[in-house]
Amino acid sequence: MRTTFVKTLIEIARKDDRIFLLTPDMGYSVLEPFREEFPDRFLNTGIAEQNTIGVAAGLALTGKIVYVYSIIPFVTMRCYEQVRLDLAYNNTNVKLIGIGAGLTYGSLGPSHHAIEDIAIMKAIPNMTVLCPGDPIETRELVSRSYENYGPMYIRLGKNGEPKIHSEETRIDIGKAIDITNGKDFALITTSNTLETGKRWVDEWKKEGIDVRLISMPSIKPFDNEKIHDLLSEEMSIITLEEHNVIGGLGSSVAEIIAESEKKVKFKRIGLPDKFSHYVGDHRFQREKFNLIEKPSVDFIIK
Amino acid sequence: MNSGEFDLEQLENLSKKIRKQIVTMVFNSKSSHVGSALSIVEVLVTLYFNILKIETNIESYNNRTDRDRFILSKAHGSSALYAILAERGFFPLEYLKKYYTNDGILPGHLDRVSIPGIEFSAGALGHGFSAAIGMAISNKQSQNSGRIFVLIGDGECNEGSIWEGIMLAAHLKLDNLTAIVDYNKIQSFGRTNDVINQEPIGDKWKSFGWDVIEVDGHNFNELIDAFSAQHKKPKVIISHSVKGKGISFMEDKLEWHYKSPDNEQLTKALEELEKK
Repeated sequence: MRTTFVKTLIEIARKDDRIFLLTPDMGYSVLEPFREEFPDRFLNTGIAEQNTIGVAAGLALTGKIVYVYSIIPFVTMRCYEQVRLDLAYNNTNVKLIGIGAGLTYGSLGPSHHAIEDIAIMKAIPNMTVLCPGDPIETRELVSRSYENYGPMYIRLGKNGEPKIHSEETRIDIGKAIDITNGKDFALITTSNTLETGKRWVDEWKKEGIDVRLISMPSIKPFDNEKIHDLLSEEMSIITLEEHNVIGGLGSSVAEIIAESEKKVKFKRIGLPDKFSHYVGDHRFQREKFNLIEKPSVDFIIK
Repeated sequence: MNSGEFDLEQLENLSKKIRKQIVTMVFNSKSSHVGSALSIVEVLVTLYFNILKIETNIESYNNRTDRDRFILSKAHGSSALYAILAERGFFPLEYLKKYYTNDGILPGHLDRVSIPGIEFSAGALGHGFSAAIGMAISNKQSQNSGRIFVLIGDGECNEGSIWEGIMLAAHLKLDNLTAIVDYNKIQSFGRTNDVINQEPIGDKWKSFGWDVIEVDGHNFNELIDAFSAQHKKPKVIISHSVKGKGISFMEDKLEWHYKSPDNEQLTKALEELEKK
């Protein structure tokens, strides 16, 4: 996803000289091609995230379209008040690119994990929150981020995520994407859980369970209509995310169900409200938090 | 595109007028921060009536992307900026009655959608300074001749983001950026240098790579000279000022960071200003 991001941004920057890329000293082995091609529109602002976000706002208020790239906690939490005020309250055209969704940086520990970012970012007025799940969603949503004005947060994984969508797929802000057409229940994924969701659905299919897989890369604005459609069909819903179950995708779906007059079976799968004290890589962390093996769906399929 | 050359007497008279507006606004709305507004009056008058290259017609102001820009990072001094902008013709003087009040127009801190001429919405400290650096970087990259001016408080210099910005601006040799530190020596809950000693403040900025000029923040000649001085690095003007300047019972008193004058105090304040 990182490579897709920088490749897409370079293509946009070739067409539009307002594109500016800032990084508080991150992006080794990723951002070099941009820096080489557009040296006067790239700036390493140093390990100083608060100032970096303010600088981004100033650039945007003087006509630039600014992308800020760093590891998620540093580009969201370290500088949260700057994001809230300088970007969102000032309604500036700045896009935050966060790397390392969920437990991506496994062994580096909770300082580098990102399990609260969706919750805090979606609570800010004016802020769009996009969580692409594969390189196609990344390419598409980075393009949409350029085409649409306003502050945005784009949550990326790292590298090596497989393509789930076909090359020609168009993905829009605020829209869910159906990947399979199952009728037994719906599995909704966001961000870097798309790959896992796809595997689970394939496994269920072999067991004769027919699951509708929906990717929900746009957390805000949220595709409420998609959830209402599922409720109209009385579909049971499972949500899957690599984020605290407090305040993420599952919470957004739960709110819609709660305010509807429909009753369906519903389960949130995500991270518990705990810091990881496990030492191990991304896959190891996922195992410890039950995000590798598909869950029992006996409560839905009798 | 120029703010016009006002002579010293005109500038003095404007300051008096702005101070009257400030104390009246703060009296009407029972708001705080009067001392913080009174300490920056001469700086703002100098900028808006002598230094900044800006259009006075609002539409032209916004269209001129090469305008000079001023950012009030210590946005709690908002009443001073509002009074200046109204006097400069950005919006009707009657709006000043709509400061910090129900169904108001002018918020306690700055909101750039409230009225024309507010370059940056601010209120939390240590934000506007970074935005100003971003604007200066942007203008240099675009070869835009607009200069950037940003006013920060001395207490605001406690914020880490200020020092992040000081380092970056110097590293990039932003010669289109001027910061002003309103060194009124009182912050929220104590004397500035009792809370965290910033002395020698000028040497600190200088050692970080800035051109430093220290002035009496209420002396127009010194301010005009400081603003006019050429610089090849970012420039900081340390503006030695008096919190509550111009009204004897408010001068250099912490309590006027919070209090607003009562009827009797307002009358006394306006009388004092008239006599000056």
